[in-house]
Amino acid sequence: MSDSTVAEMVEFELVAPERLVQSKSVGMVVVPCTEGDIGVLPGHAPLIGTVRPGVVDIHENGKVTDRVFVSGGFVEVTPDRCTLLAEEAIAVADITRENADARLAQAQGLLEKAKSEVEKSRATAAVEMAEAMLAALGAGAQQH
Amino acid sequence: MANLKDLKTRIESVKSTRKITSAMKMVAAAKLRRAQDAAENARGYSERMSRMLGSLAESFAGIEGGPKLFAGTGSDKTHLVVAFTADRGLCGGFNGSIVRETRKIVRELKSEGKAVKVLFVGRKAADVLKRELGDSVVDIITGIAGKKGIAFVEAQNVSLRIREMFEAGEFDVCSIVFNKFQSAMTQTVTRQQLIPFVGEKSEKPANDDKKSVPDSGPKAAYIFEPEEDEILADLLPKNLSVQIFQAMLESSASEHGSRMTAMDSATRNAGDMIDGLTLTYNRTRQAYITKELIEIISGAEAL
Repeated sequence: MSDSTVAEMVEFELVAPERLVQSKSVGMVVVPCTEGDIGVLPGHAPLIGTVRPGVVDIHENGKVTDRVFVSGGFVEVTPDRCTLLAEEAIAVADITRENADARLAQAQGLLEKAKSEVEKSRATAAVEMAEAMLAALGAGAQQH
Repeated sequence: MANLKDLKTRIESVKSTRKITSAMKMVAAAKLRRAQDAAENARGYSERMSRMLGSLAESFAGIEGGPKLFAGTGSDKTHLVVAFTADRGLCGGFNGSIVRETRKIVRELKSEGKAVKVLFVGRKAADVLKRELGDSVVDIITGIAGKKGIAFVEAQNVSLRIREMFEAGEFDVCSIVFNKFQSAMTQTVTRQQLIPFVGEKSEKPANDDKKSVPDSGPKAAYIFEPEEDEILADLLPKNLSVQIFQAMLESSASEHGSRMTAMDSATRNAGDMIDGLTLTYNRTRQAYITKELIEIISGAEAL
């Protein structure tokens, strides 16, 4: 496929274990990967990567049209498709500060109580996620 | 001749049984809808994850070694069979078919001279097979279905348990046996190998076009970020949880479907029985009245 015939849109799919959260054609998606954010435009080289807790920005017509918080997972990119497997996905608009604060407090409580390595790593992941949630909230508030 | 009172009580008792079975049918139908949605919605995730793992596996194929979960331990002496059943009965052939399949697999493997361990998720199969399998039973996990369906955490716990056993070298090959939901009437017993990872074999043809995974087109060399083995080390345990979660959801949808069908026919049978009993009751009553009339008349004639 030559560059001039590359599709103009990316088929973006956001999938959580419980359901298909989103599936649509978009201009660009910015995915928070463990080694830095990746902007996926049509014709992106095939890639598989891990995703850290953070916010996925969905761009259409050069503007951010949707922001979704994901708690980590995996992303697979092909020239015309971007599939994000997230463990949990919440629209940024649906996150409330109280909710995020409560999560953080709960996660920290778990971390303090954690005895085994497994519990500890799970709790640490939960804390990281809650912190990322709060960060997402902060960033969102600044934008509006 | 059965006396009237006995028949009356009998009819009453069948009537209350019918009430119970029809209520259970209603409940199962309501739960089925939710469980079915959950199972069908989750298929997308597990299919995509299999696909991703498949492309990873392809590019990993040439490399020696790799994580144990992926490549296996290099032997297949000990097998772990994870059987998914319900905690409760009264759901037709649902539990029975899993019991039969598990028994078959265990016999097969044993006749090949392999050691077998069995992990039960759900109480029912364990009840039946516990004595028969004896020491092979590793554990029985019950109560996975909560009020709001099955939480992903449950699958994670089971998968963690399996991983710990695997890392401790307690088994080499792990497969799961569960009822795959097709419709309320049909469930197919499915056996799927989880460890070591097998690519296409576990895949099933996607049937509904809306939710099916689009073809990934010509295979291209993927960029990996971070490195392949790091992703693989992350993805494999996740995949294990996801596949187990999927099995749990399919199993739970099948359970409710199976129970609904079973309770439906039980309700119908109870109805037939009531009809039969009512007929006998009426006949008996009539015969009784006739007998009394004859007695009265012949008594009057004798005077």
